Amino acid sequence: MTESTPSNLIVEMKGIVKRFPGVLANDHVDFELRAGEIHALLGENGAGKSTLMNVLAGLYKQDAGIIKVKGNPVVFSSPRDAINAGIGMVHQHFMLVPSQTVTENILLGLDEPRFFMRLSEYDKKIADLGDQFGLKVDPRAKIWQLSVGEQQRVELLKMLYRGANVLIMDEPTAVLAPTEIDGLFETLRSMVAQGKSVIFISHKLQEVTAIADRVSVLRRGVATASGVESKGVTRQELARLMVGRDVVFFVDKKPVKPGKLVLDVKDVYAENDKGLPSLRGLSFNVREGEIVGVAGVAGNGQNELSQVITGLRKCNQGTVTLNGDMVSNRDTLFGIQHGMSYVPEDRTHVGSAPNLSITDNVIMKNYRKPPISKRGILDMPAAAKFADELKQAYDIIVPSVNTPVRLLSGGNLQRVILAREISGRPNFMVAVQPTRGLDVGAIEGVHRLLLTQREAGAAVLLVSEELEELLGLSDRVYVIYEGKIMGEVKVDSGEPSQSQIDAIGLMMTGTPLEQIQQEGVAAHG
Amino acid sequence: MAESTLTKKRAAWRVKLEPRLEEPSAKHSLLVTLGAVVVALILGGVVIALVGGNPILTYIYIARASFGSLGVLSDTIVKATPIILTALACSIAFRMKLWNIGAEGQFIMGAWGASAVVLAPMLPAETSRWLFIPAMALAGLGMGAAWGFIPGYLKAKFNVNEIISSLMLNYIAISWVNFWIFGVWSEGGFQMSPKFPVGASLPRLSDYAEGIPFLRGLTTHGGLLFGIAAAIILWFIVYRSRWGYEIRLIGDNPQAAKYAGVSIIRNTILVMALSGALAGLGGMSEVTGVVRRLQTSPINAGYGFTGIIVAWLAKLNPLVIIIVSILFGALILAGREIQPSGIPKMIQGIILVCLIASDFLLRYRVRIVKGVEE
Repeated sequence: MTESTPSNLIVEMKGIVKRFPGVLANDHVDFELRAGEIHALLGENGAGKSTLMNVLAGLYKQDAGIIKVKGNPVVFSSPRDAINAGIGMVHQHFMLVPSQTVTENILLGLDEPRFFMRLSEYDKKIADLGDQFGLKVDPRAKIWQLSVGEQQRVELLKMLYRGANVLIMDEPTAVLAPTEIDGLFETLRSMVAQGKSVIFISHKLQEVTAIADRVSVLRRGVATASGVESKGVTRQELARLMVGRDVVFFVDKKPVKPGKLVLDVKDVYAENDKGLPSLRGLSFNVREGEIVGVAGVAGNGQNELSQVITGLRKCNQGTVTLNGDMVSNRDTLFGIQHGMSYVPEDRTHVGSAPNLSITDNVIMKNYRKPPISKRGILDMPAAAKFADELKQAYDIIVPSVNTPVRLLSGGNLQRVILAREISGRPNFMVAVQPTRGLDVGAIEGVHRLLLTQREAGAAVLLVSEELEELLGLSDRVYVIYEGKIMGEVKVDSGEPSQSQIDAIGLMMTGTPLEQIQQEGVAAHG
Repeated sequence: MAESTLTKKRAAWRVKLEPRLEEPSAKHSLLVTLGAVVVALILGGVVIALVGGNPILTYIYIARASFGSLGVLSDTIVKATPIILTALACSIAFRMKLWNIGAEGQFIMGAWGASAVVLAPMLPAETSRWLFIPAMALAGLGMGAAWGFIPGYLKAKFNVNEIISSLMLNYIAISWVNFWIFGVWSEGGFQMSPKFPVGASLPRLSDYAEGIPFLRGLTTHGGLLFGIAAAIILWFIVYRSRWGYEIRLIGDNPQAAKYAGVSIIRNTILVMALSGALAGLGGMSEVTGVVRRLQTSPINAGYGFTGIIVAWLAKLNPLVIIIVSILFGALILAGREIQPSGIPKMIQGIILVCLIASDFLLRYRVRIVKGVEE
C-alpha cells in the first residue's frame, strides 16, 4: 500500500471535537481515508465512531476541527451537502418507505423526475447500476417484500445513484445473516475495485481483519490508532487498543463465601425482536452471595438474556431455573413472586411509568399483597408511607412522593427503581447497565447498593458494558459474544491481571477462551 | 458560535417556549381551563354576531333555557344522564389507551337487551318493577358488555385495531335494532315497539307528583342514580383498587406493566367489556326512563360519540364527568331552542378545540424575550 500523500487522500478529518451535554463524544480525532480503500473504524459502543461519521455525513456539525474532501476544506450543514461532495452514509436503521418500490425509494427527495414519474426508465437505470456493483435487487419490488440484506443493498444503491464516492457503512453486518455478510463483503470489494472508498464501522475483529485495508480505533472519543495497516497488526493488539488497560477503580469488596446455586441457565436459545437468533446455547450460573458479571459489546444478546431470565421473552430451547423452579417460558409474575428482581436497562420505557407518581411507581412489584393492598383494594396511606420510607432510605431527592417520575433526573429515577427492586428483599437480582448515564456520585451509590445485596446473601447478575465496573464489583465475569459465552474469568479480590483484561477484550471481540489459552501457551512455549 | 460574528442578526422581540419542569398547580390548571372556555365563548360569539345574532342575548337565552327553572333544569339532567354513562364507558377504555369509539353501538345494544326482557317477552307484563328494572339493567349491562367484548377480544388476541372494529359494530347495532323494530317487535307496522308496561319503566320524579305536587312535570328519571352510582364506583375502581392500578399502569406504559407482571391481554378484554357494559346501562336507562319503548330515532342520537368528547374534557376523571355531562346536556337542550343544528354544535366544537389547545399552556411556559435568533 502506498504512503498517504495529499493526492490520494479523499477525506481528511483533523482535530474533530464534538460535545453532547455531559459527554465529549469526539476529542480531537484525526481520520484519513485514501481513495480506493476499505477503512475500518473500530471501537466499543459509545466510543464515538458513529458520532465521527455522522459529522462526516453532515448530520452533526463539529464543535471544532476541519474536514477536507480531495484537499478542499468543506463545511457540511446537512446530509445533502455531504452527498453533493460525494459522501453517503448507510445507517444501521434503514430509512426506507415500506409501501413503495425500490426505484421510488431511490428517487425520493431528488429533483429528477420532475412531474411524470416515467418509472420504467428509472427502473432500468437502477438495475444497470446494481449490475455494475453486484447489488442484485428487483427495482420494481416493494420494500416490505425484501429481506434485510436486500434493503441494505437498496440503501447502498440510493447512495451510489446520488453519486457517492465515499460510502460510510454503520455496523452493516449487525442486521445480516452470515451468508448475507459474505455477499456484502463481495459487493464492497467490487465497489473499491471500481474506485469507490468505504468506511466500515464495526466492533467485530474477525470482520475487520477480513475486509479492511486499514484500521482506525476509537476509545472513549479518542483515536488510539489512526490508519494502521490491517495486515501488520494482530487481533490482540486491536482488542487492547479498543478495550484499553485502564486501572480498575478500587471497590471495598468484603469477602463473601458463595452459597447454594440460585440461578441456573442451561443451553438457552432465543430470538431477538426481528426473529433472528440472538442467544445460541448459553449456559452459566449464579450462587448466593455472588455478583456475576456479563461483559460484552452491546447487542450481543445481553438484553435478550435478561428478558428470558425475567420471563419477558420466550426461549426456543434450554431452561432457566431459579432455586430449582423453572422460570423460563413462564409468566413474569412467577419470577416476581419467587424473589426475583430486575433493574432493566431502559429506565424510562420499561422500568417506570413516567406519568404516574413515585408512589405508584414504587408499588409496581408489591401492590398485590399487604400492606399495600388487601382483598383487591389499595391502601393508599400505606402506599404513601412505603414510598416515603424508600425516599428517605434511598436519598430520592424530590419534594413529594406524588411527583410524576418523568420529572426526575436520571440518577433519581434509577434510585426509585433500585429502591423498589431492593426493598422486596430479592433472592436474585438482574441489573442491566445500572449506572448508564449517571454521574460519578450516583454511580458510587448504585455500586454500594449492589454490594450490599451481595453481602446480604442475594445472587446478583450484573450486565454491563463498563469493564471497570464489572471487574470492580463481580466475583466472576462471563463474556458474551453473539449470544454465546466465550469464557469465564474469576476475579479474585484485588486487581485483575493484565492478561485477564486482555483475555476479556479478545473474548468480547469473538475469540473463545480456549483458543486464547492455546495461543498463549504456544506463544510462551 | 463563529458565525454570529460574521453575520449580525437584528435583536427582536420573540416568543420562546419552555417545557415546564414541574406539574402546574391545581389553581393554574383551573384558571387555564376557565380561560379556554371564555375564549371559546368569545369565538362562538363572533360567529353568532357574523350571522346577525346578538351573542350576549344568545348566551343568556341558552343559560335560561337550560338552567332557568326547575323544569328545564330537570330536562337538562335528562339529557345529561345517558351522556354520563357513555362518557364513563369511554373514560375507562381511554384510561388504558383503548380507543373505544363504539360506545354508541354498545349503548344501542344495551337498549335492545333491556327491551328484549319486555318484548321477547322474558317476563310477563304485570311483573313488579322491583324485578323488572334489575332484570332490564342486567340485560343492558350484558348486551353492552358483549358488544364491547368483541373488539376487546379481537384486539387482545389478534391485534385488530379497536378503533375500526368498535366503530363498525356501531352500524351493525343500528341495523340490528332496525331489524327488530321494523319486523319482529313492530307495532302495527310503525318503526317502533309497543309501549312498555309501567313495571318496566324507570320511575320519573313526576310519577310521585300526586303526593308531592312540587314534582309535577319533572322528567328526571332513575337513570340519573345509575349514572351517579356508576361514576362513584368507577372512581373507586380507578384510583383505589388493585385492578384500577393495573389499568393506569398499562395506560401509561404497557411495557412497564408487562415488566410488573400485569396481563395486558386479560385487561384489554375486561376493560372493553366493562366499557361496553357502562354504555349498555346508558342505553337501558334511556329506553326505560325516557322513551319507554324501543325505537331508533332518540336511541341513536349520538350519545356514544358525545361521550367521547365529555370523557376527554373531564380528563377521564369519573366524578368530573358528571359535571361536564350536565353542561353538555344544557348545551344540547338549549341548542334545540335556538336552532335544530348548527350553532349549538359549533359552540360545542369550539369549546372542545380551545380546551385541547389550552393543554399546551399546561405543558409549556410561554416567554416573550428580546434577543438574537438562534
